[in-house]
Amino acid sequence: MAEITLQDIIQPENLVYEKSKLLTEKPFHYCPGCGHGTVHRIIAEVLEELGVDDRTIGVSPVGCAVMAYDYFDVDFVEAAHGRAPACATGIKRVWPDKIVFSYQGDGDLAAIGTCETIHTCNRGENITMIFVNNGIYGMTGGQMAPTTLVGMKTATTPYGRMPQWPDGTPNNGFPLQITQLLAQLPGTRYVTRQAVFSPAAVRNCKKAIKKAFQNQIENKNGVNFVEIVSNCNSNWKMSAVDANKWLQDNMLPVYPLGDLKDNFELIKK
Amino acid sequence: MGELKLMKGNEALAEAAIRYGADAYFGYPITPQSEVIEYLSEQNPYERTGMVVLQAESELAAINMVYAAGASGKRVMTSSSSPGVCLKQEGLAYIAGAEVPCVFADVVRGGPGLGTIQPSQADYFQNTKGGGNGDYHNIVLAPASVQEMADFVALGFDLAFKYRICVCILSDGAIGQMMEKVILPEQKARLTEAEIKAKYPWALTGRERGTQHRVITSLDLDSARMEEHNRHLQRKYAEVTKNEVRYEMIDCDDAEYVFVAYGSSARIAQKSVQLGRAAGLKVGLLRPITLWPYPSKAIAQLIDKGVKGFLSVELSCGQMIEDVLLACNGRVKAEHFGRVGGIIHTPEEVLEAMKKQIIGE
Repeated sequence: MAEITLQDIIQPENLVYEKSKLLTEKPFHYCPGCGHGTVHRIIAEVLEELGVDDRTIGVSPVGCAVMAYDYFDVDFVEAAHGRAPACATGIKRVWPDKIVFSYQGDGDLAAIGTCETIHTCNRGENITMIFVNNGIYGMTGGQMAPTTLVGMKTATTPYGRMPQWPDGTPNNGFPLQITQLLAQLPGTRYVTRQAVFSPAAVRNCKKAIKKAFQNQIENKNGVNFVEIVSNCNSNWKMSAVDANKWLQDNMLPVYPLGDLKDNFELIKK
Repeated sequence: MGELKLMKGNEALAEAAIRYGADAYFGYPITPQSEVIEYLSEQNPYERTGMVVLQAESELAAINMVYAAGASGKRVMTSSSSPGVCLKQEGLAYIAGAEVPCVFADVVRGGPGLGTIQPSQADYFQNTKGGGNGDYHNIVLAPASVQEMADFVALGFDLAFKYRICVCILSDGAIGQMMEKVILPEQKARLTEAEIKAKYPWALTGRERGTQHRVITSLDLDSARMEEHNRHLQRKYAEVTKNEVRYEMIDCDDAEYVFVAYGSSARIAQKSVQLGRAAGLKVGLLRPITLWPYPSKAIAQLIDKGVKGFLSVELSCGQMIEDVLLACNGRVKAEHFGRVGGIIHTPEEVLEAMKKQIIGE
């Protein structure tokens, strides 16, 4: 039997995985183990599969994903901190046939941009909102986020997030359940919480993100909102593997996965 | 021919936007300019021209809608008044850095803070000297009539897209609220998608297959590139300064003393010139129409021709006077006179100030 060479293996029929054509050649600046890269890849694959790359406009946030525009081969605008939903609204209103999505982290979407987030969802803009929640500020160096868990140590809660002092006076406040809040608004069509810590989670997440874009293509109104519970192994000060384990043990009980709302109907659990 | 109408300044601004073929207005109500969004909503421009009118949740949201919609090549505008313009400054800095064309109107009220709802010109610094972070300028147009409130919308959009810059129409509560005759232009068509793509290749319209994707951003962490980007912006501002200075001179040919005033103060100072001339004083008026770029050369030329002093007349405690002093460069006397708090100076007290502060007895 003849020897099998590398060239014999690199054949179209043997292809099981490749980088999406909508990801540029620029290497990610994200920390190894971070969920952003996986989420980027999913979005790029979905846009490619839906064939809307020539009419998609993305809005990048302030935070770790500020330079997301370098990685996607689609048109992009970089928003001020927290204003991505307002930017997405502006574009979608003047270009209703374009596919518009915003991409934000927890500090951007649920702290400084809470007002824009809520009102964009309440107006029912026909856009797709991607929300990566890792419970911490990544880019600025690991400070408390609105979604930081109670007891979680960050650069600004070095002894752990304490919502109130022992005598009851307010301190750091509580983890903000922004996604549940948005699901209550009449303007949201599809609200789901996903993750990317395992192959199964990635597959589910991709289905959800695809649906969030398909809804936008097929309809005239209703925000399609996908939260992705992710890790920040650098600022959580863990290995990537430990961070994904910690995420499942600690984040998911507070932020359980699954659809919260579909086709404007709340999902009863 | 245009159409003759009696309108408020704020309404003329709104009607002019529809007739220019603007694609969108994003705003938030604040006195004394709420008529802009009210008029637009009442006119239902979505039916007339397809123009989008959206009441945002805040001035912050509104300016960021303008930023992104402008980045996609559409003609978009917003308007506000002083405390609201403070909120817009974040977006205006991004718009300057990312070079997004747009038009916004500031119908100024008194400050600081919540201040008063009465007319003021105390937003001169805020709009001509930046306001947001970084080294940037917006072109600032100062209408002195309802007619100019309408005219400067078209001029503003033309300049905005010529230079990829934000144009501020710096009005005030008096110009915004008063009614005058105005000749409105003919209705222009909004640009089609094909026209936008052909005219503005930088605009985010979805990248064509096989071409480079476009990015509109004010961020670049590479120091050398960011320095060059700033140099590029400064070259653009120099070009604007060379080409776009606008002003009006009234009775300046033989003038020995000149009022410098814009907007509603210019209307009052014009009367002061008449009163002064009737009393035998050789006074004139320089009315800057662009506040940035400032008509500094016009002031220098007046000094060359023999003008002995200037009085900067403003509804503020003295803001534009700084630009007048810079233009005078110590060659002749220049001082400020102005009333604030919503009190509007009379032509008589303006003339009296010229006599006392500049001419001397």
